[in-house]
Amino acid sequence: MVTAPPTHSAPLPRDRPRAVGRRESWQVAGGLVLLMLAILLLFRTWGVWVGDAVVWPLVLATGGGALIWRQSQGAEVVDAPLRERARPGGGAGRPRRGLRLARPSVGIVGLGAALIVGAALVFLWLNGALVPDRDVTLAVLVVVVALTLILAPWWLRLVRGLTEERAERIRTQERAEMAAHLHDSVLQTLALMQKRADDPREVAALARRQERELRSWLNAGSRREPGASLAAALEAAVVEIEDAHGVPVEVVAVGDRPLDERAEALVAAAREAVLNAVKFAPGAAISVYAEVRGDHVEVFVRDRGPGFDLGAVPPDRRGLRESVLGRMERHGGRAVIHTRPGEGTEVELVMAP
Amino acid sequence: MSTHRTSSEGTGPLPRVVLVDDHGLFRSGVRAELHGLVDVVGDAGAVGDAIECIVRMEPDVVLLDVQMPDGGGAEVIRGVTPRRPAVRFLALSVSDAPDDVISIIRAGARGYVTKTISGPELADAVRRVAGGDAVFSPRLAGFVLDAFAGPEGTGRAGIPSGDAELDQLTAREREVLRHIARGYMYKEIALRLGISAKTVEAHVSAVLRKLQLSNRHELSRWAVQRGWVDG
Repeated sequence: MVTAPPTHSAPLPRDRPRAVGRRESWQVAGGLVLLMLAILLLFRTWGVWVGDAVVWPLVLATGGGALIWRQSQGAEVVDAPLRERARPGGGAGRPRRGLRLARPSVGIVGLGAALIVGAALVFLWLNGALVPDRDVTLAVLVVVVALTLILAPWWLRLVRGLTEERAERIRTQERAEMAAHLHDSVLQTLALMQKRADDPREVAALARRQERELRSWLNAGSRREPGASLAAALEAAVVEIEDAHGVPVEVVAVGDRPLDERAEALVAAAREAVLNAVKFAPGAAISVYAEVRGDHVEVFVRDRGPGFDLGAVPPDRRGLRESVLGRMERHGGRAVIHTRPGEGTEVELVMAP
Repeated sequence: MSTHRTSSEGTGPLPRVVLVDDHGLFRSGVRAELHGLVDVVGDAGAVGDAIECIVRMEPDVVLLDVQMPDGGGAEVIRGVTPRRPAVRFLALSVSDAPDDVISIIRAGARGYVTKTISGPELADAVRRVAGGDAVFSPRLAGFVLDAFAGPEGTGRAGIPSGDAELDQLTAREREVLRHIARGYMYKEIALRLGISAKTVEAHVSAVLRKLQLSNRHELSRWAVQRGWVDG
């Protein structure tokens, strides 16, 4: 068996430690083989012996197998750190690996294979199985065992290599998908923003839309299904308004519940309230806050616009009355508008059982 | 009422600030926005540099990015606090993911604002943190309400005893957080609730303390719950 160079040897010159180490390990291996031989011969003269026909082929096969197996395992070990180093560089990990695989040292493997085949032949010969009319089963069995010993390491590596290749392919696919996505979305938006650089409002709207899109893509899976819950529906409604009017609206939702008919009415009313804020408080910050506690749902739509006198609602603000207050009352909820000139407006929507 | 600056603006020395963010472009942007509003005494783009810079400059407030290589903002807080316990941190992030927000607060930040905040608002937040208060954005207030959702106010069935006080928000604290989430400023909240602005700030600081010390499992395991499992 080939072992590592002895650790107590003198420090080796830095530039050629490998070559020296290899020669030394061969010497160690040779010594070991001779030692084993001596012990075996000793056993033989003492009579502690199963028989020449079994022991010698066994020794040969063990040596050959050890050589081949060590070769294949050793290559793996050398490979691993190489791959680790290549990965952070991104993309460079792949071609190297193929090179490493194709280069197990042929001499050692050949020697191992020859030893095993030789062992098989010696075994058959010593048992007289090579004579044509003797036991064919035994001959076939021995050949199969020999072949398995020789081929198993390769087969193992093939399987391992395939698994890794599949993982690598998945990684590459994900990368390609990501690149395609960034190309379709972020790069397009950046190009558009450069073209519209003279229109800050448009640029801000573009940036915000892209930001939201990218966030939802990054958080894919953890996000709520659109249309499945109240908070998701509310967010979707606000997003639609943001996109259509280029106005940022901050949504904060606490708790959530499934979207039923009343929740839909609530979302529709909130949507109208936001639209109203967009219309009558241009340029002011708008925030939406929704809180769900069991069956009790509250939504606040607030803007920091000019506000107005509730007692003297101008005719063009009747929309708020109809589409917000009316809608809420029809579904068993209520809506309150808090506003005063100069203090912004807050629409409070409550849906309680 | 329509402006929401604090009265401290323009009085006294400007708070000394160190900026920590791994994006140079963003650092220079914030620097320009805060010019004249706070005194930016240094900036850093990596965790190691940041710790060294903060320890050397001893600023009042550190504006801290949450996501950076080598451990992020939390690592900076862990590196600085043992040596300069007086330095206060305000997290400034593009991320609105609950676990990012909660984890930086639990690491010791005294507030959390998003990077889309305007210059004057950011300066105001810095001043507030420098004065020892906590700064909650509407979104952070929402997260906290979500995390402490459950038995309300006095009734506390189902909560394991021990740090029950830490695991619960009082009705008043909830009310204050709700107003923050609705987009109200502290002064407006004080007016609406009929309490002083100082009291509002005290409530927010108490919430921050609970947020940092509570063992509610919602705070440590954010990603899992976030829905209406038990309706």
